[in-house]
Amino acid sequence: MSDRLPGFSTLAVHAGAQPDPTTGARATPIYQTTSFVFNDADHAASLFGLQSFGNIYTRLGNPTNAVLEERVAALEGGTAALTVASGHAAQVVALHQLLMPGDEFIAARKLYGGSINQFTHSFKSFGWNVVWADPDDISSFENAVSPKTKAIFIESIANPGGTITDIEAISNVARKAGVPLIVDNTLATPYLIRPIDHGADIVVHSLTKFLGGHGNSIGGVIVDAGTFDWSKDKKYPMLCEPRPEYHGIKLHETFGNFAFAIACRVLGLRDLGPALSPFNAFLILTGIETLPLRMQKHCDNAKAVAEFLASHAGVASVSYAGLPGDKYNNLARKYAPKGAGAVFTFSLKGGYDAGVSLVSNLKLFSHLANVGDTRSLVIHPASTTHSQLDDAAKIKAGAGPDVVRLSIGIEDKEDLIADLEQALGE
Amino acid sequence: MNHDSYPDNYIRGILNNVKTIAMVGASPVNVRPSYFAFKYLAQRGYDLIPVNPGHVGKELLGKPFVASLLDIDRPVDMVDIFRNSSHIMPVIDEALTMTPLPKVIWMQLGARDDAAAAKAEAAGLKVVMNRCPKIEYGRLSSEISWMGVNSRTLSSKRAPPPTQGMRLSLNRTSMGGGDTAASDRAAKNRTEPG
Repeated sequence: MSDRLPGFSTLAVHAGAQPDPTTGARATPIYQTTSFVFNDADHAASLFGLQSFGNIYTRLGNPTNAVLEERVAALEGGTAALTVASGHAAQVVALHQLLMPGDEFIAARKLYGGSINQFTHSFKSFGWNVVWADPDDISSFENAVSPKTKAIFIESIANPGGTITDIEAISNVARKAGVPLIVDNTLATPYLIRPIDHGADIVVHSLTKFLGGHGNSIGGVIVDAGTFDWSKDKKYPMLCEPRPEYHGIKLHETFGNFAFAIACRVLGLRDLGPALSPFNAFLILTGIETLPLRMQKHCDNAKAVAEFLASHAGVASVSYAGLPGDKYNNLARKYAPKGAGAVFTFSLKGGYDAGVSLVSNLKLFSHLANVGDTRSLVIHPASTTHSQLDDAAKIKAGAGPDVVRLSIGIEDKEDLIADLEQALGE
Repeated sequence: MNHDSYPDNYIRGILNNVKTIAMVGASPVNVRPSYFAFKYLAQRGYDLIPVNPGHVGKELLGKPFVASLLDIDRPVDMVDIFRNSSHIMPVIDEALTMTPLPKVIWMQLGARDDAAAAKAEAAGLKVVMNRCPKIEYGRLSSEISWMGVNSRTLSSKRAPPPTQGMRLSLNRTSMGGGDTAASDRAAKNRTEPG
């Protein structure tokens, strides 16, 4: 009985969470404390010097957060993970370990609008330069590679259109360029797609969405696949050079195949500061226990709603990779056979005005700026999440003026379809 | 023994049964990985002997350096080798002349020499390659989980209470808890560069 490995649903419930050794508590306790006492001066020094494993201060790590980290690492098939305060924080902290001022990273043009803003504007002031590429044209990634390239960033299922990215093809580009592939797996979750199995070296998530799943907690996570050789080309000084912050430790040499997660913690999170609240970690952990059940229901509902919309006279087009005939259906069959996610867009024959009218007529769908809630959600990306892009960039990102985005919840699908039917009118 | 993937029981058995560990390539510099491992294992009750000809006459955490495995005055259960893969074989050759023979050869993270391993196994020794005993101890006790590391273990049993504040026991009931792509991909990258 030694070699048998537990399945995904078992990991979703158990990974990282053994009974508390002191109290026997079976659910993971919320360690709502800022700090942890040391045994003695040498123990304190060992912890600060990274010589011992243990807890110091919740900005650096917390036992509740650690359970969540191990659980997501196990579900993704990674060696280690780090939780942070939001998905945006995960991107800052991950790239902070890879880019120096003047460096470049290549990013897929189809991304969450907030990421496009973060990459384009905020990162510019760090001297990190984003170079955009088209996930539908792999050669655009090859052509974007330069000696300054330090990473490639894509979404597995891209927001807002629910399009599927060819992770393996882009991972080959990253491998040839000698840089890590970072995959934002927020909309897929590891239940639908495990990017590490397809060549990703780093996975990031907004835990806020399907992983937490209940629309109650903001959080983010970075997963280290343990697959990238940080010392090979001496391109990543945070990982392969002696760190003055720690008296000259080389993190890759010391921590091996989880060095990236450690760097994110001891250089990124420690100094940039976006720590996750242990209470949020607890809520997200509870959410993850039902991830396989919820995600399947999200996907099954989404497919039914997409099929209904595709057959409706008022609908001009539906962009859902789970529909046969969709441009991304073959990629969906390859990468996400259990379902193509639950976030997708459609456009109305009546254009922008019909979209606004639809949103205001819905009674069950909530009009708000989030995805991946138990509740079904609706939004008009062009005027909200993607509003800061110019018109051409909106269209390239799949968020043109006539587009409405849905995030399908886990209600009864008949009720969702009835609500859309009455709101579409005619 | 399949040296790509060791059963937890194999590693746990070794860490439970060895008491005296000779660390070849131990460094007195307190930011070197060998120093980290030396200190961690010494704190957990192992009898550590630092082996490094460059530091004879000095001590590491109160233990005097010796120049070679043959200079050790007591039986050694495990030889833990902090050397690059290309320097493993001479250490194995020397270890196989020790009396009594050590029971275990352990090669550190990044170090692997299959021919040297085969020679040691033919002499009846257990071999571990490309692992760190500190990381493995931390993983099997679940201490390393505090750093967000995937311990690849699951357990519904209450672990023995921590000792000395935050030290967790190596011996808890656990089962395998999922795989990672790390070793497979790293091996693939070695054989197919670029």
